[in-house]
Amino acid sequence: MIYNEEFETLPREALEAIQLRRLKNTVERVYHTVPFYKKHFDEHGVKPDDIKSLEDLHRLPFTTKQDLRDNYPFGLFAVPMDSVVRIHASSGTTGKPTVVGYTARDIKTWSELMARTLMAGGATKGDIIHNAYGYGLFTGGLGFHYGAETLGASVIPISGGNTKRQVMIMKDFGPTILTCTPSYALLLAEVAEEMGVDFKSLKFKSGIFGAEPWSEQMRQEIERKLNLDAVDIYGLSEVMGPGVAVECIEAKNGLHIFEDHFIAEIIDPDTGEPLPYGEKGELVFTTITKEAFPVIRYRTRDISALHREPCKCGRTLVRMERVSGRTDDMLIIRGVNVFPSQIESVLMEMEEVAPHYQLIVDRVEHMDQLTVMVEVNEKIFSDTVRNLQELETKIRRNIKDMLGISTIVKLVEPKTIERSQGKARRVIDNRKI
Amino acid sequence: MKVEQISVFLENKAGRLAEVTRILGEGGVNIRALSLADTSDFGILRLIVNDNEKAKKILKDNGFTVGKTNVVAIEVEDKPGGLAKILDTLYRAGINVEYMYAFVQQSGENAVIIFRFDNLDEAIRVLQENGVTVINGSKVYTL
Repeated sequence: MIYNEEFETLPREALEAIQLRRLKNTVERVYHTVPFYKKHFDEHGVKPDDIKSLEDLHRLPFTTKQDLRDNYPFGLFAVPMDSVVRIHASSGTTGKPTVVGYTARDIKTWSELMARTLMAGGATKGDIIHNAYGYGLFTGGLGFHYGAETLGASVIPISGGNTKRQVMIMKDFGPTILTCTPSYALLLAEVAEEMGVDFKSLKFKSGIFGAEPWSEQMRQEIERKLNLDAVDIYGLSEVMGPGVAVECIEAKNGLHIFEDHFIAEIIDPDTGEPLPYGEKGELVFTTITKEAFPVIRYRTRDISALHREPCKCGRTLVRMERVSGRTDDMLIIRGVNVFPSQIESVLMEMEEVAPHYQLIVDRVEHMDQLTVMVEVNEKIFSDTVRNLQELETKIRRNIKDMLGISTIVKLVEPKTIERSQGKARRVIDNRKI
Repeated sequence: MKVEQISVFLENKAGRLAEVTRILGEGGVNIRALSLADTSDFGILRLIVNDNEKAKKILKDNGFTVGKTNVVAIEVEDKPGGLAKILDTLYRAGINVEYMYAFVQQSGENAVIIFRFDNLDEAIRVLQENGVTVINGSKVYTL
């Protein structure tokens, strides 16, 4: 089923005409309203008038997460604050988060895209949506919530956590669509089983899962254990939030990008050169309808490939492959973006000399678990157990305060963290995804 | 009056304690007393040895994290109630014992116990005022 038949099935030519018109408007607008873009474009010798075709997009310089950080918090907003009605944020590479804003029209656009997303994933007006994405600064919870209301479905804003209660509500309220991270879906299945609740007796038809990497094998496991159709969703707050792209339940073969609002490119992460359809590289997005926080050629660091063969669902939109990795060292832990540099800055703040550390990521009972190994040097060592345990607690608390995730902190002997060519290996990801 | 103790950080895994004692043994360092505090994932080994500087150096050379702390060695009457009397004195003076452990060798007729206090100087003052024998470091290393 297609929510916006007209825009989701446009002939390519018509779609590209709309894209070009919107791109020109966006480029013109950011050049005159955001000092960063004016300077950035001028430095690269490109003016808004130079954009005459969609290919001219390649002449524009990239925008990176560093640019967002340099303009923290509101420096890249293209409208005055009195036009901004919502602010979201995701974790940045160091202490400060990446901040994004929305006008009333942006929220309306986003809500429509999420309604499209939900319908692509099998939801209709008559469905009850169990939304276990986190509500708050993270875009997941509220993004799905507004989409569900726009679609006219009933939404249960349960947010994350308190899994037993979630199972009880699933049993009693009879939701038909599940929205959460794929790992949380598996945890729900396990807790339900412990509670003697069989997913076959629940009313779920399908689930829309994302905000963390997962695999085809995991899809099969979720579909089997939860007795529903599982589709993949893609989004990031810098571009919009969830609802940038979604799989259709008919094909479950690549995620349709809502190209009437976003232009996607795949580039070679080393040279920045655009790559042809079908080739793997880094995903880059340009927003062409956003008012408060437009981004021009934003480098996502996510690795994917684009395909333009027609899909059996009828959508003419380009499809992106399931994200297969990152071009940087970002980890996604229970849906939260974590950069090793953030943990490092927590340790640095605590001690003058940063101890060697290593992050170990495991998936224990379907949930991500982050262990922070910290080498005990003379500076932090103490002859009393109490002091060392207080140190562990303090590290754990400071990481929690900064990232909002619980970790296990483990003190280890010096030189136990593997070093290659003098540099410590910072992350060991044992997750089998 | 103070005795120097060295402490070593150990991960809670097989063979670590053996490794420390082997290194000290090969280096000709004699262990006079020791105690091991452990949690589920790490341990702290505290040692009184005959040669602190040497012990510290060879352990560090072998990659261990080593700390130095001042503790007090006290003579305790080797009879029922001997330790209780001293602890009671400390309690009355409001002095908190971080940890303590016993020496293997006796000092004459008396047992020797190592105490770690938060406030070392105050503890020594109180003990001496109450007639408790605090043993000199140099004597302890060679007991």
